[in-house]
Amino acid sequence: MCEARELTYQVGPKTLLHRVSLSARAGEVLAIVGANGAGKSTLLRMLSGDLKPSAGEVLFGGIGLSDWPPAELARRRAVLTQQHTLALAFQVRELVMLGRYPHFGGQPTAHDHAVVAAALDLVGLHHLAEREYPTLSGGEQQRTQLARVLAQVWEAESGFLLLDEPLTGLDLRHQHQTLAVARQLARRGFGVVVVLHDLNLAAQYADQVALLHQGRVVASGAPAQVFTPDYIHLGFGIEVELLAHPSLGHPLIVPTVSMPF
Amino acid sequence: MPVLAPPIPTTQTPAARPAREQRVRLLLVALAGLLVLAALLGAGAGALRVPVSAVVGILLHKLNLATSLAFEPQQEAVIWAIRLPRVLLAVLVGAALGLAGAAMQGLFRNPLADPSLLGISAGASLAAVAVIVLEEKLLKTVSVVGGLGSYLLPVAAFAGACLTTLFVYRVARRGGRVLVSTMLLVGVATNGLAEAITGLFTYAATDAQLRSITFWGLGSLGGASWDTLSTLAPLLALPLLWLPRLGKPLNLLALGEEQATHLGLPVARLKWQIIGLTTLAVGASVAMVGTIGFLGFLVPHVLRRLAGPDHRFILPASALGGALVLLLADTLARTAVAPAELPIGILTALLGAPVFLWIVMRESRRLG
Repeated sequence: MCEARELTYQVGPKTLLHRVSLSARAGEVLAIVGANGAGKSTLLRMLSGDLKPSAGEVLFGGIGLSDWPPAELARRRAVLTQQHTLALAFQVRELVMLGRYPHFGGQPTAHDHAVVAAALDLVGLHHLAEREYPTLSGGEQQRTQLARVLAQVWEAESGFLLLDEPLTGLDLRHQHQTLAVARQLARRGFGVVVVLHDLNLAAQYADQVALLHQGRVVASGAPAQVFTPDYIHLGFGIEVELLAHPSLGHPLIVPTVSMPF
Repeated sequence: MPVLAPPIPTTQTPAARPAREQRVRLLLVALAGLLVLAALLGAGAGALRVPVSAVVGILLHKLNLATSLAFEPQQEAVIWAIRLPRVLLAVLVGAALGLAGAAMQGLFRNPLADPSLLGISAGASLAAVAVIVLEEKLLKTVSVVGGLGSYLLPVAAFAGACLTTLFVYRVARRGGRVLVSTMLLVGVATNGLAEAITGLFTYAATDAQLRSITFWGLGSLGGASWDTLSTLAPLLALPLLWLPRLGKPLNLLALGEEQATHLGLPVARLKWQIIGLTTLAVGASVAMVGTIGFLGFLVPHVLRRLAGPDHRFILPASALGGALVLLLADTLARTAVAPAELPIGILTALLGAPVFLWIVMRESRRLG
């Protein structure tokens, strides 16, 4: 369980997060949604420990984040951040193996190699294992990083994944594939926190949704509770209508007006 | 909630070692072999030529191993008192500079980084030049200085390197965190400042002092003896033994500081270790032999082209490669225009720069 208690984050006179509380439970996918600048990434960076809150605290498994031994935390929780700069020409397989580093001492074991291969399979990159990372397309790079993060917590019991906009640069199929992997992990007992832009994807794959607006959580709960025309108007300033997905039943969010310019 | 076993394919045979991994092993063995060969040939080369068999015979004889390999007493004297210390000095300094370069490039996640970038070499040079110019005045006023004798120059250079690094580190620190990008900028500025002050000293120097300064700036292994080795070896032991073990942490750091932290790496501690160890390696080397350019920069670069960026390979290979290149360069430097000697710093830059340009051009053509 990953819990944020009354998180406030101030930079100079600006308050980017205002007393945000939420909890991500094992076995569930929690989607954080909101307009640009609402504080989604700031919140995720605070949950991951990249940013220290001005007030409030982040608990992981009931223990304060900074009280975790770094190596132990790394074996239970993986974080996929937004920017991936890599000046070195690691091969895809080598890069995914970096996710196994918290698990082996000197040389990777056969088990580590097997996990890397399985993680590459899961994101559909097995055929590119020998390619050098900088020569991949943006979407392939993103999936390589996802495979690295998956390999890191592969066999963790009730592991946790924090994903900051993991769908950037992915095509339709791989967007769904990535979130399906997140769902599959949640079914295995993982907790997954994911920052998403596409509300329809959030409605389809998330168990819980937190809607951020100007640094506050204005709505949270199951997708059907959060994705109402009123909340979406509050969060995004746009009129929408809700339809039911013809076969899956979850809400489909459709804008009703074209925006005046 | 039941935790299902992760779907690891059980039929998977441990795949054949990836091609790159095999090449890495081969390269390490080849570098080590070449280094031994170059050391034997290098020890034999010079005004008094000693065949490799005699060199081996002398070495084994010194180890109290009787062999049938023949050599003359004169050869033994030259090899033992002059050539061997010089070969070992080249190996030690070359390994230290190669390792320091590889570690810096890893730390800054920039293949162009180099110990000279942080001002380490410039700080050492400044201190050395200051000592050369001010020596007489210093001797009059500070009696401790006189006690150092011939060690005054290396001690000053080493202190200069350490102080510069500390200065750069302190200036680049903000709220307990050292921003690597800021450190690079501060390093560049410090470099300029150190060079300017060095210029001031040069301007004020006498003709005799100018000769010493020039000699210092160009670098030379000519001062090699068992004495210099016994001073240098303990200083270099720590970085030479410790830096090669930082391959895994440096690989993680390639992902960026935040991602590396999420993989359990204590990033702040790693920075301290690398900066401390490289300062020790570069400071001690520069103190003994002057500034030798391009080595720490070029060797890791070439090795990455050959066998990929894995630091678990790049670090030990850069030590071997740096030792090999400096040994070859020094052998050339003292035999090419014998009985005179070429300053080795000139030679490494003269050979290194074109090789580097060639690599860059080939690379940019490949990437189109």
